[in-house]
Amino acid sequence: MTTAARKLGSESCPSPDTEPLDVEKIRADFPILHQQIHGKPLVYLDNAATSQKPRAVIEAITRYYESSNANIHRGVHFLSEHATEEHEEARRTVQRFLNARSANEIVFVRGTTEAINLVTQTYGRAHVGAGDEVLITGMEHHSDIVPWQLLCNEKGAKLRAAPIDDNGALLLEEFARLLNPRTKIVAVTHVSNALGTINPVRKIVELAHQHGVPVLVDGAQAVPHIRVDVQALDCDFYAFSGHKIYGPTGIGVLYGKASHLNAMPPYQGGGDMIASVTFEKSTYNKVPYKFEAGTPDIAGAIGLGAALRYVESIGLDRIAAHEHDLLEYATQAISPIPGLRIVGTAKEKAGVLSFVFDTVHPHDIGTILDQEGIAIRTGHHCSQPVMQRFDIPATARASFALYNTREEVDALVRGIEKVREVFA
Amino acid sequence: MSDLRDLYQEQILEHSKAPRNFRELGTANHQAEGNNPLCGDRFTVYLQMDGDAIRDISFQGAGCAISKASASMMTQALKGKTRAEAEQIFERFHKLVTGKGANGEEEELGKLAVFSGVSEYPARVKCATLAWHTLEAAFEGQPEAVLPDED
Ligand SMILES: Cc1ncc(COP(=O)(O)O)c(C=O)c1O
Repeated sequence: MTTAARKLGSESCPSPDTEPLDVEKIRADFPILHQQIHGKPLVYLDNAATSQKPRAVIEAITRYYESSNANIHRGVHFLSEHATEEHEEARRTVQRFLNARSANEIVFVRGTTEAINLVTQTYGRAHVGAGDEVLITGMEHHSDIVPWQLLCNEKGAKLRAAPIDDNGALLLEEFARLLNPRTKIVAVTHVSNALGTINPVRKIVELAHQHGVPVLVDGAQAVPHIRVDVQALDCDFYAFSGHKIYGPTGIGVLYGKASHLNAMPPYQGGGDMIASVTFEKSTYNKVPYKFEAGTPDIAGAIGLGAALRYVESIGLDRIAAHEHDLLEYATQAISPIPGLRIVGTAKEKAGVLSFVFDTVHPHDIGTILDQEGIAIRTGHHCSQPVMQRFDIPATARASFALYNTREEVDALVRGIEKVREVFA
Repeated sequence: MSDLRDLYQEQILEHSKAPRNFRELGTANHQAEGNNPLCGDRFTVYLQMDGDAIRDISFQGAGCAISKASASMMTQALKGKTRAEAEQIFERFHKLVTGKGANGEEEELGKLAVFSGVSEYPARVKCATLAWHTLEAAFEGQPEAVLPDED
């Protein structure tokens, strides 16, 4: 596009989503990025493990503790009402962010792991019986395997996993073949944390629904990177963690269709989740409170709300475009390195670059890069079945966020050269 | 700043590329598996004990350079030693890699002293001690090493 055309375009259609990111401006929002590690500027490429926090999130939490802190849903006093309102405002922000029909479909939990456990222990225990099947994929995080395994062991049900191909893409025909009348629930990751693969969730939901099977989506690695619309996906449950989308740790979200949430038994018992209690019997609060026993992470929810607003203010489409550019650039930069092999080469990928390098163990790669100020993750990434599928013990993984730059990718490439020097 | 070469000493790299006594031991009467779930390192240590003496020792498995070299050099250092001697060497080695050693330690450890750089890299202590914990399990007749939370 010529400059004139771009100008014209932006005037006639002033969508911020078409402008490239001003990365330097964004980096200024993240205090932690501006430091030296082992005498080198920090290059933070471990975003799939957890993301850094913008000042807007840190300040929202501080502001809450400095001026609004009180317990919620229980006081008639000013601060309690104020804290309750801020907490519910965060819930509405999540609703808008996921495009859920109602804020009552948003349950606050500790993170993706707790969200999945909530579903296995409520919906799962109510619907999965002896001889039934739970269908997942071969690229799930342990948190979308083990809770189902516990459920299946308890009920005498069977956990089945749809296989993936050599690029790390789901074999959709195999998945479809595994759906059968015994299948009671499907659980799939939206984006794989170990491979970066983006799963065709809309298609998966369609296939499952043809069999009347509900679908839980593990969105931990998706929400920070691609636009998610739970109504368009038509999924039954959607789980994500605040800390991977620039929010605090200790807070996460379970979205569930109201029809499911209303029918499900409670998860944990305690205060806030009840309507009335006698020693004989308790009646439960309405959703989502039925699933939120005890004093929740109020500050965490408010921090998460601030994080989602921060992401909205930049625009997920721009973020996705920026990260896609980084992924392409990095893929091209590291592919020619002799002895280096990228693990996870699906056509549809988010900003995850997993690789192995000659016979050098990823752990050694991680230590050497760390000396260069570069933070990556090494190991099995809580996805041991993925490692088994590719017959490797571990990978080195660089994962990108909106504040990463091409210069940081260049530093990664230089770091890998350093690994070669040490192990030459 | 610690220099990478303090960690990845020439001998460590050399042993990681060409580990010694890297085979299954047909004559073994003790063996155990050690597994670091954090990084996927996994070794089996084989022992042929003659009374209290280590007549032969070998290992197999996969892991990072530090864990592999440590296993390799351990087998070299311990062949012909008694169990008590081996345990004393591990105690010294442990102090060395955790940086708690007295100055005399390095001399007594001989070649194993090349692991002194590990103490600058706390995340890698577990790599250096994996084979040794596995050895302990083999002495005890346990099939699998239980790794301590703190090394
Ligand atoms: C795909 C995926 N699912 C689930 C999780 C678990 O998230 P959390 O530890 O925040 O509960 C992670 C994070 O590591 C993940 O990457």
